[in-house]
Amino acid sequence: MTSVFSVTSVSYSYPGATSAALADVSLQVAPGSFHTLLGPNGSGKSTLLRVVLGELGPASGSVSYLGRPMASWRRRDVAQRVAFVPQSEPLAFPLTVRALVEMGRYPHVGVLGRPGPDDEDAIEKAMRLAGVLEFADRSVTNLSGGERQRARIARALAQEPDVLVLDEPTAALDLHFEMETFELLRMLVTDSGLTVVVATHNLNLAARYASELMLLAEGRVRASGPPDAVLRHDILEDVYRWPVVVLPHPGPGPDAGAPQIIPLSRRP
Amino acid sequence: MLRLVVLGAVLVITCALALSIGPVRIPIEEVIRALRGDASGSAQTIVTGLRAPRILMAALVGAGLAVSGTVFQALLRNPLAEPYILGISSGAAVGAVAALVFGITATSVIALPMLAFLGAVLAMTIVLAMAGARGRGLDTRILLLSGVVIGAFFNSIILLIINFADVETFRAAMLWIMGSFAGSSRESVLVVGAYVVPTLIGLTLLARPLNLLSVGEQSAFHLGVDVRRFKLLLYVVTSLVVGVCVAGAGAIGFVGLVVPHALRLVGGSDHRWLLPGSALCGAAFMVAADTIARVAVAPAELPVGVVTALIGVPVFLWLLLRHEELA
Repeated sequence: MTSVFSVTSVSYSYPGATSAALADVSLQVAPGSFHTLLGPNGSGKSTLLRVVLGELGPASGSVSYLGRPMASWRRRDVAQRVAFVPQSEPLAFPLTVRALVEMGRYPHVGVLGRPGPDDEDAIEKAMRLAGVLEFADRSVTNLSGGERQRARIARALAQEPDVLVLDEPTAALDLHFEMETFELLRMLVTDSGLTVVVATHNLNLAARYASELMLLAEGRVRASGPPDAVLRHDILEDVYRWPVVVLPHPGPGPDAGAPQIIPLSRRP
Repeated sequence: MLRLVVLGAVLVITCALALSIGPVRIPIEEVIRALRGDASGSAQTIVTGLRAPRILMAALVGAGLAVSGTVFQALLRNPLAEPYILGISSGAAVGAVAALVFGITATSVIALPMLAFLGAVLAMTIVLAMAGARGRGLDTRILLLSGVVIGAFFNSIILLIINFADVETFRAAMLWIMGSFAGSSRESVLVVGAYVVPTLIGLTLLARPLNLLSVGEQSAFHLGVDVRRFKLLLYVVTSLVVGVCVAGAGAIGFVGLVVPHALRLVGGSDHRWLLPGSALCGAAFMVAADTIARVAVAPAELPVGVVTALIGVPVFLWLLLRHEELA
């Protein structure tokens, strides 16, 4: 089966930076898989997402989507299949949640088209799934950080994508909505066959929800594979420079046995 | 849609009043007769010969500058962006004055707007390069600062150039700095209209991708907009509109600031409403401002740029305070 994303020994440096943001990174994303990118601040997670999605052109190496070089795709064709939820999005002008979510239909409707009933359905469904229906007509600028983030997730769902990519989607969310978000992502993968790629700092949720993990450190791949292979205490202590213990999730539920990380005090 | 119809009606009424009001007051019934071509001699001359070209020019330039302001604000995600404040109008004025003074052309329909266009592009390139020079993304404060400074610089260049001019050209060049519709003729209206009307219609059709761009370049990219090409297109097209408007009537400020802001308060930030609304409202605003310029100190005339600045500067300051709060 063709990989959704195929990244082969990619390197990237930001203009003027002294060290590489990414060095020799390779990644295969299979259809219907749930990937997480992990790593300390500045380890290259966001940069890797931007390279994978074609926003940044790699200095060396190659990125392809469905077997074709990313750069050769028309933007609209990609946007009909791949949706991205950015970490933040400062708005210069007030905008209602509904108007923001409606933008997710642009790749399907186009420059001159008029949204039809299908588009309306997709917008309603996306808002319901992301839990933003009750404040659909409020201005995004008046929402809390968490509500804004859910509005952005709704916009991505309105694209009706095959692939959903999220950059630290739950950083601004409380425990309830963080869990809701990961449950939603799992449902999208298992019920609708979506491919999900998430950059996150939450190692414990990554261990429970993702099938494939990649741990980045200083722009390089430190470990990748299933949770047990990546979330080992020796690797984590080395990458995060902090003592941890790794315990199995006690259950109940489907995540019982997944490795869970507990950071220790520096002086036990 | 209803709101646009209302704005259209406001524009028609404003134009009718502007045709009627002036040093010689002409009743509306007489204005209507003159537009049909069967008014008495002097009223006919004043309405269709003098006032109509001037009002049409004001409407075209007002529409062009207001839409340009709206597009710049979306492009730069900054409600304070405006061709005059960014120094782009002054750059265009340098091009126009240079064409006039050095006799490159007084009549050509191509050379004058094109030189103004090149001046606009030059100014914009400098301002954007300044604002983007320090790291990633545009620094809003540097953007506005360098716009104002570049504007002042280009105004000095104009003063320098017109030292080489004869008295008649000197007067015409001064008008360019201040902005005026006094010199509008049937021909100049046709030239400006031929550039501005199709471009504004084209821009209005790009409302949806412009909505995405106004939210953020990264989001627009991931929602299927070829951001680099789209931005380049918008910069070129708006520079052309600004260049042509400045070539037609001089550097008139703040229209592109006041009009889109008022419309956002009334009907929100959706460019499907904002772009056609800016064209209609900008036209009405400029026709009204020019009418005030004609009658306020009659029999003398104010430069119309003075009127728009008297209205625009307080709005700018108010927006500046609110913008800082948001940021």
